[in-house]
Amino acid sequence: MRTLHTFHGGIHPDEHKLESSRLPSARAPLPQHLLLPLQQHIGTMPKAVVQAGDKVLKGQLLAHAEGTISAAVHAPTSGTVQSIALHAVLHPSGLPEQCITLIPDGEERWIEHAALDYRSLAKAELLEKLRDAGIVGLGGATFPTHAKYGVQQGIQTLVLNGAECEPWITTDDRLMRERAAEIVQGIEVLRYLAQAAETLIGIEDNKPEAIAAMRQACEGSAIEVIAIPTLYPSGGEKQLIRILTGKEVPSGGRPHNVGVICSNVATAYAVQRLVGHGEPLISRMITVTGNVKTPQNFEVLIGTPIEDLVRLAGGELPGSTGYIVGGPMMGLETSDSSLPVVKGSNCIIVKSAKLFPAPDPALPCIRCTRCAQVCPANLQPQELYWFAKAKNLGKAQSYHLFDCIECGACSYVCPSKIPLVQYYRFAKSEIWANERDKEAANLARERHEFRLMRIERDKQEKAEKLAQKEKAAMAAKAAAAGVDEIAITVLREQVREIAQTKE
Amino acid sequence: MLTALLVMSVLALLLGSVLGYSAIKFRVEGNPLVDKIDAVLPQTQCGQCSYPGCRPYAEAIAAGEADINRCPPGGEEGIQKLADLLGRDFVPFGDDAAPKPKSVAVIDENTCIGCTLCIQACPVDAIVGAAKQMHTIIESECTGCELCVAPCPVDCIAMVALPQTMQNWKWQYPANSVTQAK
Repeated sequence: MRTLHTFHGGIHPDEHKLESSRLPSARAPLPQHLLLPLQQHIGTMPKAVVQAGDKVLKGQLLAHAEGTISAAVHAPTSGTVQSIALHAVLHPSGLPEQCITLIPDGEERWIEHAALDYRSLAKAELLEKLRDAGIVGLGGATFPTHAKYGVQQGIQTLVLNGAECEPWITTDDRLMRERAAEIVQGIEVLRYLAQAAETLIGIEDNKPEAIAAMRQACEGSAIEVIAIPTLYPSGGEKQLIRILTGKEVPSGGRPHNVGVICSNVATAYAVQRLVGHGEPLISRMITVTGNVKTPQNFEVLIGTPIEDLVRLAGGELPGSTGYIVGGPMMGLETSDSSLPVVKGSNCIIVKSAKLFPAPDPALPCIRCTRCAQVCPANLQPQELYWFAKAKNLGKAQSYHLFDCIECGACSYVCPSKIPLVQYYRFAKSEIWANERDKEAANLARERHEFRLMRIERDKQEKAEKLAQKEKAAMAAKAAAAGVDEIAITVLREQVREIAQTKE
Repeated sequence: MLTALLVMSVLALLLGSVLGYSAIKFRVEGNPLVDKIDAVLPQTQCGQCSYPGCRPYAEAIAAGEADINRCPPGGEEGIQKLADLLGRDFVPFGDDAAPKPKSVAVIDENTCIGCTLCIQACPVDAIVGAAKQMHTIIESECTGCELCVAPCPVDCIAMVALPQTMQNWKWQYPANSVTQAK
């Protein structure tokens, strides 16, 4: 039996998982249209390789990865590219982003694809395949998987995240129950990439069926399935690593700094689809729950509009007030049901006033430090709030603002109902903006100083040239004058000589 | 008495020579405060402060000749930073200097006659072009100082506000979230 460790703080919000985890998952039918944002991951935007009007096959490349940290986008089904244009996407800014609109033809004709014999491939080749298949971390952060596994060396532990600690979400639960064998095959590929000595799967103990299914699938392999106590946010990368290995990821560091690499079980499943079938990442499991008739999990094509999924779950019940994409703690709220789900979307919750009552107006902070007691990153949220509120950004940064994982535990327990995470997000984006400004200012200073130096240098060069020219002119003049004098002297000499001879 | 005097004078001489030596040895070239002020200024080199560039303005502030509210591109945050740095009070912008949204210059390339006047005016060499050739502005290097606008004889340079994108978008300050207890 492995000794489990604990992280600081944590909370026990109402789970609300049974609503959607009871029913087996279903495959969502083809929607009328698919809307595929090019930017579905952290990193550089991929470049579209199709044009409006093109006929594409299922799994065909639509946009190829640009640079190291990027991932490709593929056609989730066969059909016609209607347009590549700006469209509203899931983003807190509400700003439009380049999206490919695909009209399915209903034939689901696949592009040629085949399973990979990954063991015959070099690590770099396999990573390239992952990038070209558009595989990103499906736990929510959507960091390109090839980039995560590309830079690592000296990894001791590969951690698979099946904790799924956020309320309402049950996608990983259903995936592990129904496709445990496939997940384990995907994990084998990740093990091959990470070359880790041990492989651990962490699953919260509120998912006994998933734990049993994964244990059964892992039998006879070196992979260890570990049930961890249910405590939000145990599925945070750093928190899960702490629970399973006792290692603390340093402030500002990444798991590989302590020899650990962590991926979601859904990512392992996506890797299996690629290696076992040659399929790129074009679909994922999504929970549709909340104020709907029959909450359920669906295997959904990337780019399906939210409204289609809500309809699949029996439609909205009366009293709906909008949608949360992701969980209630960290997800994004939107009222626009035409927005598409993307690679990073794991859950759609239909809100209602009963399930999600409007927050009470915030009251002043009474410095009770309950937030500090629950903070899983061991921060002082009340201090961070104080500094962010006063826009004292330097001080907020020195209190490790950037170690905040925005899990929302502090806002959850705050008796004054202060939207603490909003303050931290504000402070973080202000600091990033300041850094960008500073960089621009440094560049401008450098260029301005160089320009002044160049003008000065040109002036000096001109002056020097002028001086040289003058000197040359003088010398020439002097030389000319010199010739005359010599001639005169020579003449005088001759005259004298002649005179002497005459005498 | 005499010993005391002697000791004191020897000490005075000794310490004085140490001080004198260090004054020469550790002499600081220029005013270090100027560098600190210059680091806060936005480096647009626009001259809106009435000084020919950010560094001259920093020198003027350090010498006590200029007020700290003369830099519109720095915004009110810039004034606050200067106030913090110099231990002065915050001074709001005067009527003649108000911050504008950040913009960059754009040359209408159909109208440009290639006179190179804007190139000579640009303080950060952000304009590319040659005599009788069309000019263009390197957007990423333009500081939005507007110095190229006036010299253009055909008025083909316009200042265009930078659009909001995913890259420069910022989270808003939580509005009215804290109600005051009565």
